[in-house]
Amino acid sequence: MAEALPPFQVFLDEHLAPVRAFLRGMVGPHDAEDCLQETFLAALRAYPRAEPRNLRAWVLTIARRKAIDHHRSRSREAKPVADPETLIDRPGGRGEGSLQAGLGMSPRHSSIWAAVAELPPGQRAAVVLRFAVDLRYREVGEALGTSEEAARRNVHEALKKLRASAGELKEMAR
Amino acid sequence: MSEFVDRLVARASEEGLLDVAYATVDTPLGEAAVAATPRGLVRVALPNEGVDRMLARLAADVSPRILEYPARLDEARRELEEYFEGRRDHFELQLDWRLSHPGFYRKVLRATSRVPFGEVISYREAAERAGNPRAFRAAGTALSLPSAAPA
Repeated sequence: MAEALPPFQVFLDEHLAPVRAFLRGMVGPHDAEDCLQETFLAALRAYPRAEPRNLRAWVLTIARRKAIDHHRSRSREAKPVADPETLIDRPGGRGEGSLQAGLGMSPRHSSIWAAVAELPPGQRAAVVLRFAVDLRYREVGEALGTSEEAARRNVHEALKKLRASAGELKEMAR
Repeated sequence: MSEFVDRLVARASEEGLLDVAYATVDTPLGEAAVAATPRGLVRVALPNEGVDRMLARLAADVSPRILEYPARLDEARRELEEYFEGRRDHFELQLDWRLSHPGFYRKVLRATSRVPFGEVISYREAAERAGNPRAFRAAGTALSLPSAAPA
């Protein structure tokens, strides 16, 4: 074994905040915590077989699968995926970590995140990873199993749609 | 610890996914740490070793499925605290011996773990009690390796 896996506790401490930010963007804060539990429990189960070189991409892949499962079980219940209001963090909520800033935590941003919820899943994941988790395009690609170029294109397409539905996105498109 | 992590660790333990649990212990010498598998106490890190190094070694030697879970180490922490407060001179903990080298080294550790508190024996005597009086150098080596058996 060339590279050793860090103790799971170390892995958890490092990746909890970014994975939480990703899932909040993918399923909304209400359901993010449940998906987060499922993600890290699945990660713990599979951990001895994990690829130590890119654990972030590995755990984000698990998280994305959990988000897809979540949407599937939701659509069976025929409920909307994300209500704009639920994407606004309530003060004193159980959120922690510093990555919420990019997640539309002010009412001004809620319309944007309602539009994010309407995006096709691949574009949604890419735009959330780019702006809520603050990954570079190369890292977005690694997490989604696509090339850097495809990641860039997905984010670009997503931003185009978002610009069309909300006029206040320019500040995000750094 | 956050509510999220508490819930995760409890579920991991229930589902048998927690191979190693650890906790830190304040001692007069600094922060020590104890680690246990489901079989028993597997490792003690004295302050000079440090928690991070202990965890890295456990990840390599036992399993990377390691989480901080003080509840599983209540008894070990209590006995260590009492020991450092001078209220305890022997330990009653279940031990997981897997990190001690099998064979003679392990026999030496088992023999020295039966030496009563405050009594000193030589490496030669340790070797003798482990069944090979001439192997006193090996006994010295055995006792310089990190393991959980408290002397």
